[in-house]
Amino acid sequence: MLGASQADRRLLPEGRLAGPMPWVIAIMMFLTALAAAGGLAMGDAAHRLGGDLGRQVTVQIVAADPGVRDREAGAAQRDLAHEDGVESVRRLGADEMQALLRPWLGDAGLDRDLPLPVMIDVDLTAAGRQRLDRIASAVTAVAPHARIDDHASWLAPLVGLIRSLGLLAGGIVAMMIGATAAAVVLAARTALNTHRQTIDVMHMMGSTDVQVARLFQRRIALDALFGAVIGLIGAIAVILGIGRRLGEIGSGLVGSVTLPWTAWVALLALPIFAGLLALGVARVTVQRALASTL
Amino acid sequence: MAGIVQFENVGLRYGTGAETLSDLSFSLAQGSFYFLTGPSGAGKTSLLKMLYLSQRPSRGSIRLFGEDVVQLRRARLPGFRRRIGVVFQDFRLIPHLSAYDNIALPLRIAGVDERDLVTPVREMLAWVGLADRASARPPTLSGGEQQRVAIARAVIGRPEILVADEPTGNVDPDMAARLLHLFDALNTLGTTIIVATHDIHLLSRVASANVMRLDRGQISDPTGALRYPPVGPNEAYA
Repeated sequence: MLGASQADRRLLPEGRLAGPMPWVIAIMMFLTALAAAGGLAMGDAAHRLGGDLGRQVTVQIVAADPGVRDREAGAAQRDLAHEDGVESVRRLGADEMQALLRPWLGDAGLDRDLPLPVMIDVDLTAAGRQRLDRIASAVTAVAPHARIDDHASWLAPLVGLIRSLGLLAGGIVAMMIGATAAAVVLAARTALNTHRQTIDVMHMMGSTDVQVARLFQRRIALDALFGAVIGLIGAIAVILGIGRRLGEIGSGLVGSVTLPWTAWVALLALPIFAGLLALGVARVTVQRALASTL
Repeated sequence: MAGIVQFENVGLRYGTGAETLSDLSFSLAQGSFYFLTGPSGAGKTSLLKMLYLSQRPSRGSIRLFGEDVVQLRRARLPGFRRRIGVVFQDFRLIPHLSAYDNIALPLRIAGVDERDLVTPVREMLAWVGLADRASARPPTLSGGEQQRVAIARAVIGRPEILVADEPTGNVDPDMAARLLHLFDALNTLGTTIIVATHDIHLLSRVASANVMRLDRGQISDPTGALRYPPVGPNEAYA
């Protein structure tokens, strides 16, 4: 595809052809890979938040009388277990409740006599999500003190924000691709001017524009590939560092921002894409420039 | 003999100035040898540029190999250029390529296989006396050696037309005689040769040569070799 034979390649001097272009592309690839990783991780997180967490509800039994609370909790659990569209029902234990409250109340505030609501985590199927109103009505019929906390209602703005950030990242990637193409155009024009004499001689010997373009597109593509690989290595180091920090936070929400394997494949393909982009842009640029000569 | 080159009312003007070449009308016979003479600034190089398709005329018609090349689509120019060998006045060797690679360039551009070009390139290097300088790069060669490389590059593809601009300007008389002998031998094989030169001593070195003289943009025909009017359509180059 690169097209020039080994002898033809010698028509241009050894060494890098396009001056600082590989380093410009390295910087742009670094930023592109970070933006792409961010966008892909955000997209994955939005998908999972909208999917898994969005199908969760929490039933709270808020009754001051411990007897009423336990009786209604049991009734709610039994009812939920028989409802269509309910995947699982799990009542949080006392230890889990105290673990939830400890960050706010501290150990001293965790009085055994403090009236705490009973919390029941419910996972719905996609069909169950559609009939949540009917499930809620059935629960409140057997447990009048039940409150249904729909996770999707408070996750929706967050998912929207994450999707917006993902789109922003996609926009940044698109702009970076444009900037990379512009850098290649400038590099190709500079290389053409530098090697004008060689090109003139080749033309006078009967060289076609395609033959000349092959020389430049190959070298510029390799230069771009070199820069892109350097930039990607830097970006991967940063992505791994950020991933480790996120893992250390241990938050469920933050922990949902991960990079799936498909995203890694996409990131690793970026230098190849950059090389092919440079190849195509250099070819078009050189051929257009030559078309204005005799 | 058919006209391989036909100029009709050709004029050339650079920018908005006066015409460098005016009303050139002549026809060059296929397989002939021509010297193009004239004082500096007469327009010899401009005329040669139009011959090797590096310059389009401002007006008039130029036919090469029987086809009008003034209106020729750009994509078809390489095919014509491969049939024309050029020795540039300033050699125009590619400085980072060896003498061998410079000479091999036209063959590589024409798509000749690497295995098939070794022998002709070696033979040509030997012919111009540079067999032991095959790997030397132009900046390390003398002016005369560079000129010989340029000539070898121009003739290696066995062109139908050879255009040479002052090809013996940097070589000693012996080498000049050898190069002219090479041109003469190519001419015998059917190549039409056009050599621009200041050196009036060269004119007598090739017995069969015709002389074209350019002066102030006008051409004269001291040897009666330039046929005008150009040959008719039924006599066109085949």
